[in-house]
Amino acid sequence: MTSHRFDVDVSAWIGPYPFRELPHPDAAVLVHVLQRERIGQAWVGSLPSVWHRDPAPSNAWLYEQLAPHAGILRPSPTVRPDWPGWERVLDEAVERGAPSVRCYPMQVGLGATSPALPALACAAAARGLVIQLAVRFEDLRQRHPMDSAPDLTAAHVRALVRADRRVRVVVSGAGRDLIEETHWSLTPAEQQRCYWDWSWVWGPPEDHLSHLWQTIGADRFTFGGYWPLRLLQAPLAAFTLLPTLLPADTSTAGAQIEAEAKVRLR
Amino acid sequence: MVPRHLIDAHAHFHWSGSRDDHARYNASRLDAGDRIGITYHVASILGTWGRRSPTYFASPEDVVAGNDAMYAIADAEPARVRAFVHVNPNHSEHALREIARGVQRGAVGVKLSASRRADDPLNDAIAADAGRRGMPVLHHIWQHRQREWGMQEASDAIELVRLAARHPGTNFILAHIGGGGDWAHSIDVVRDLPNIYPDTSGSGVDRGMLDAYLAVLGSQRLLWAADLTLCTGLAKLQALEVIGMSQAALDDICWRNAVRIFPPSTFELA
Repeated sequence: MTSHRFDVDVSAWIGPYPFRELPHPDAAVLVHVLQRERIGQAWVGSLPSVWHRDPAPSNAWLYEQLAPHAGILRPSPTVRPDWPGWERVLDEAVERGAPSVRCYPMQVGLGATSPALPALACAAAARGLVIQLAVRFEDLRQRHPMDSAPDLTAAHVRALVRADRRVRVVVSGAGRDLIEETHWSLTPAEQQRCYWDWSWVWGPPEDHLSHLWQTIGADRFTFGGYWPLRLLQAPLAAFTLLPTLLPADTSTAGAQIEAEAKVRLR
Repeated sequence: MVPRHLIDAHAHFHWSGSRDDHARYNASRLDAGDRIGITYHVASILGTWGRRSPTYFASPEDVVAGNDAMYAIADAEPARVRAFVHVNPNHSEHALREIARGVQRGAVGVKLSASRRADDPLNDAIAADAGRRGMPVLHHIWQHRQREWGMQEASDAIELVRLAARHPGTNFILAHIGGGGDWAHSIDVVRDLPNIYPDTSGSGVDRGMLDAYLAVLGSQRLLWAADLTLCTGLAKLQALEVIGMSQAALDDICWRNAVRIFPPSTFELA
């Protein structure tokens, strides 16, 4: 029996990307990659839905694509909390066993003070759904001229985690600066509602990941690979290169976050 | 499948004149390099890295001081570090003198950053001198630069190609295809210039990038490197290992191409 290095990759998508060709962004290929890298399952979003005005059709496509891989690929549909009937996305997510929903405030023009964000936090928390955010999809220096959405801000994250004590938020693709700005602008109780993947945090020689592990704690992190945009090997490599003396068991963090979100229902 | 050796053709170090935690930084690079399996770090120091003069427009005094610090590190680590000589072509005579001094101190290549556009005639004497000495020129590149960016006069592959075409006897390393900008743009630009070798370094780890470069340029035109982020260097090494290439192709990228373009006897490899 093969042991998993991580139980969950929380930051995967399938489907085409509007700004460049991605090799095989398909569910079956993702399953193969997870098995090769010994990762138990992935929370998977629909990549094209990030830029859709109404994510509903893309969410339906996501459920259909993941159905043959149930148990390995778990749906994480896109919710746009300023769109009519958005709560139905959450209800369907619960019905279909989704661990989380994904919100992309920068791509749909939601400011950090929009009342839609706390409304989403409360609605997701009430249903035991984790909320996922993505800081970016490509490095700022290489973006297509039409890809003008700025990176996610700490204010957006704060607006969500402060809205409801039951909420759990996972932020993907943050660098050290955003993680520190957000973490240290929250109360200790609020900090516990926020998790980060380290897909965009540098290892040696800058050693940002090691620094964050020691300052904000390994228990704030969960594995995310950013497939199919980026090499899944990158966060694995950063993890491999952590100093050997650091406590580094985040292998079950994904399940832990989902369990926390559901425990809060009781 | 793993490469027999691993040469990081684009590495950097720090020194007391550039940041206070230079010793920690340098030790971290060497330690991580050992864990990854890096045989040699071929490295430069860009002056004071902005502390006293701008990183990409280093003053002559800072160029000298940074190079001296780099030679000291190479001297202290003869089994795993080699040095580039970094020059600022805006100070043309100084740059040529610094290359000559660098050769005396053991430098094995010339590092040009973003001090002057690559196709500017000021770079001709430097490129010619490097070619005469059999040293490659590692040139900082912003892939598909579409505008000016602050604190640098960055070049893209089109501009490097113009310089490389004027100096067919000199080998050029096109820096960090994962280091910012649109890597896809550079592939076709350099396709027909056999004296340009893109390196894989940079923080970017886009899926499809390595495959695209290999499909167009083949394994004998690509150099493995890490630059400032060894974690992404390791990721790209691991990606190369699962991409389905032959052992010979992997060895080309990881060390054999570097052995070919750096001066003879630069590396002592079993």
